[in-house]
Amino acid sequence: MVNVLVCIKRVPDVSGEVLLTEDEMSVDARHVGFTVSPHEECAVELATQLAQSSGGTATVLTLGPSESIEQLRSALAVGCSDGVLIHAEADRYGPVDVARAIADVVRARADAGIDYGLILLGNDAADTGDFQVPIRLAYALDRPVVTGISTLELDGAGVSARADGPDGAEIFDLPLPAVVAVMEGGVSPRYPSIPGRMKAKKAPVETVSPAREPRGSGRARLKLPPRRPSTVEVLGTGPDAAPAVVDLLLELGVVPS
Amino acid sequence: MILVLVETDATGAIEVSRETLTFARELGQRAGAPVQAVCIGALPDGARTGLLTQLGAQGISLVYRPDDERLNDYAAAAWAAALLDVAETTAASALLAAGTPRGNEVLAHAAARLDVAMAANVVRVDAPAPFVVTRQVVGGAAWEEMQLPDRVAVLSVAGHACDAQAAPAPVEAEIVACTPKITDHDLVARVARVEGSVAGDAGALTSARVVVGAGRGAGGPDGFADLLELTQLLGGALGVSRVVTSLGWRPHAEQVGQTGSRIAPDLYVACGISGAIQHWAGCQSAKTILAVNTDADAPMVTKAHYAVIGDLHEVVPAINAELRRRLGR
Repeated sequence: MVNVLVCIKRVPDVSGEVLLTEDEMSVDARHVGFTVSPHEECAVELATQLAQSSGGTATVLTLGPSESIEQLRSALAVGCSDGVLIHAEADRYGPVDVARAIADVVRARADAGIDYGLILLGNDAADTGDFQVPIRLAYALDRPVVTGISTLELDGAGVSARADGPDGAEIFDLPLPAVVAVMEGGVSPRYPSIPGRMKAKKAPVETVSPAREPRGSGRARLKLPPRRPSTVEVLGTGPDAAPAVVDLLLELGVVPS
Repeated sequence: MILVLVETDATGAIEVSRETLTFARELGQRAGAPVQAVCIGALPDGARTGLLTQLGAQGISLVYRPDDERLNDYAAAAWAAALLDVAETTAASALLAAGTPRGNEVLAHAAARLDVAMAANVVRVDAPAPFVVTRQVVGGAAWEEMQLPDRVAVLSVAGHACDAQAAPAPVEAEIVACTPKITDHDLVARVARVEGSVAGDAGALTSARVVVGAGRGAGGPDGFADLLELTQLLGGALGVSRVVTSLGWRPHAEQVGQTGSRIAPDLYVACGISGAIQHWAGCQSAKTILAVNTDADAPMVTKAHYAVIGDLHEVVPAINAELRRRLGR
């Protein structure tokens, strides 16, 4: 039996242009709403699959404002059994702070008799893109860690993890307990069913406060990258543009002779 | 001392590592610090020769090679331990690597071991002492100005933040072998074996000179024949948007974007792709972008260098026919 803890992050659901808040410290999400990264949707799917197949539980955790309960409920609706909300102002938390806060929860739960043999996270947050929380968490808990993982199988007392490397699929065999950072691509996240949503409303969510003050993320301010004016040259409309396109391909030297 | 962790392929340093060396040299000039390289893992003869030539051309005279065959198979913690040994010997003030999966991973281990901050995907160093950097966040759609106050600054450099450039005065580069202190503990998470990719060849996508991209405009799993023909005529690779893989039309290995591959081809032909942040994050480094789209106001069209306004199912077959005609096929 393996109990799995899967960590997710509430992030602005930006697809087009990014707007910044007036103090330039955050992305303004008033008009776009919030979501979690595709990496984390896959981590939730893997967590529920592995917990089910091993007879354990899948707990979903996040660090953020009280509204993050929305993201926790989404994960509870697709198979996680309970949630933990570390109630904190996420923008003040750098990767070191987030990792320490999660580690504190893991230790507290262990003291209460709940051991998480496997901790899954997304490979990198869609907003801050730090690429660090899984690794810093592993060091805080003295566990092995692998990142960029697309599929994961329990294998006796350990786990076999697969990542896409420069030369093909790289296989890591890890003993448990371990930390794994998941990338999109290996599993398809399921959609919540109506009974799933009903169950999620009643699922227990524990709210905890971080035990220590954050060191901070180092953020001085956000800014928008220099915007290049559109210099697009329209070569034509419809199939009639084909000769002009081929002229361009030849000019760029990308047509094999 | 500024240390750059260099990644290699069969011919020498990979392009983004060479860019990082140039980035580090500019930083070194401003900070008054010399730049040296570290290369960890298997290094076949061809790669060794190529690497020394490239480093010499960049004016970098020393590359440290932690000498331990246990490092031949990738193990991020052990590689970080080896990197930190060199950092200690050379009293390094900054550790840099390209913002690749391995670059970010090894640096994150190093930063965790040193208990210092790390900045991922830096595009610019605003001040070298104390460090203030500008880095990509939200898939490159926003930038963050970030302070790195610690004694050792750890930063990965975003792909194509600068071009790799030769130094005015080339030097003769040489390898310095060193013995790293690695424990069995550092080797627990290591690549046990490598299997041929089952879902497709993401390596071919990231190294292709031409990528033909397809989005929702492809229309369905059967909508790719003309796009694949164009890919073949140009000797390129097919790349798709997240919509296409989410709908199951094509495998995830072909996905270009924030949660897929990041590409930098000479030409990207983006067909039926609107150009959301998720996708733009993966294709913005293409040297030339040609967009084919029915919507002249789509972000992919306005951000492209060239565009054809039209349905890809009409435009792409016409391009294929014209190409075949001119090539005499």
